[in-house]
Amino acid sequence: MTVASARKPLVVRPETVVALPRHVQLKFDKLREMWLLLAPERILTPDDIAVRVLQLCDGTRSVHQVCEALAEIYAAPIDRIEADVIVMVQDLATQGYLQSVGTGA
Amino acid sequence: MMDTSFHEPDSKLAPGVGTTHGLPVAVLLEVTHRCPLQCPYCSNPLNLERPAAELATEDWVRVLHELADLGVLQVHFSGGEPMARRDIVELVAAATDAGLYSNLITSGVNLSRERLAALAEAGLSHVQISFQGSESETADRVGGYRNGHAKKLEAARLTREAGFPLTVNAVMHRQNLHQLPEMIDMAVELGAQRIEVANVQYYGWALRNRAALMPTVEQIETCNRIVAEAEERLRGILMIDYVVPDYYAVRPKTCMGGWGRQFFNISPAGKVLPCHAAETITGLDFDSVRDHSLAWIWDHSPALNRYRGTDWMAEPCKSCEHREEDFGGCRCQAFALAGDAGATDPACSFSPLHDEIFRVAETEAAADDMSFAYRNYLTPVPGE
Repeated sequence: MTVASARKPLVVRPETVVALPRHVQLKFDKLREMWLLLAPERILTPDDIAVRVLQLCDGTRSVHQVCEALAEIYAAPIDRIEADVIVMVQDLATQGYLQSVGTGA
Repeated sequence: MMDTSFHEPDSKLAPGVGTTHGLPVAVLLEVTHRCPLQCPYCSNPLNLERPAAELATEDWVRVLHELADLGVLQVHFSGGEPMARRDIVELVAAATDAGLYSNLITSGVNLSRERLAALAEAGLSHVQISFQGSESETADRVGGYRNGHAKKLEAARLTREAGFPLTVNAVMHRQNLHQLPEMIDMAVELGAQRIEVANVQYYGWALRNRAALMPTVEQIETCNRIVAEAEERLRGILMIDYVVPDYYAVRPKTCMGGWGRQFFNISPAGKVLPCHAAETITGLDFDSVRDHSLAWIWDHSPALNRYRGTDWMAEPCKSCEHREEDFGGCRCQAFALAGDAGATDPACSFSPLHDEIFRVAETEAAADDMSFAYRNYLTPVPGE
């Protein structure tokens, strides 16, 4: 119990900076003509928005900055995007497909 | 090698209903059957491949490029012990060069800091280390290897130190199921991202040692509870993949996602098998990468085509509503228990043998024979 409590699940906030861990790879598969997320014994097929989010989660941008970029790409107000993106990033982080590399500005 | 479970990939990657096979997704490369451990649950065949018959480095390098061309996305280097191959770093580098995601499935007992650094440099993505228990006495007796558990703990630490993500492979059976909570804690403590709680599946050496390994029904109920509780408690900390023992199941497992459907296995000598246990089925002639291209084998090998799709099925599978979901279960288990690889897997409740195998499992578990026939080149193979 003491051991388990030393490791805490990531709680994603706007200032959190996340990136794909080394064992998770986003790649475009030319044969199947689709984006794939490769993880140990798992292969996911992220949709277009998830691909954009994963590409923007490059270990330099905070989640808020990811949302700013998305707001520009999709010409949508950032406050409407941010709540959805935090849910998506939280979900990907909980499943181990994104990891925290700290907090940004 | 340890028990390996393949997960159903995203449904968008699956061949459509009614098609016999699609682009292969992941391949298990059993690069050698040599192994310093002697685990009695090993799924390797009783007739282990001799080192002299193993594919050469250049064969494996060619195969890795053919795999990528064929659409394969992930390769799992396994064995035996893949680190027993002197050229393992070269093989990993070739996989990376071909654009493949690579995973090392190892006992960990000969993973040094230097070799891990070389594997990282070669582009290895992930390391999976098997554990036989939560403490040395049990673990070393099961593995048949002195001081193995301590070496594994050290290997796991070095793996994390080298920056690799780690999966702890906990292979569970009657003689170590009581240690499952401690094994889950151990995985957390080691900094693992993932644990596979894999109840032994009974092929090869595991089938031979079934009486010493088969859990009781009570153990499995406890195991289910422990896993469910840990999944809840460790969400976001440790991913848990759970393989249930199918002798006590109602529905059979969708073995390998269907015979020759999306996965395959290459043996140390280069034979292309639909799963790691397929050589236990007599009367099937598996094609080798020494004789044919992988592209030809994948589409045309008679052994792969033998149990693809649903046309080969007899009743009760033939008219079963689940036939496109589980493809009749496991062909190797059907052969081992029903004597016919074309029969319904006795793990299925629709099999006429289902009640009998349940009783066999219960009886063997209750008899509690603890003795192992260790997996090595010296233990006599019955009938030889």
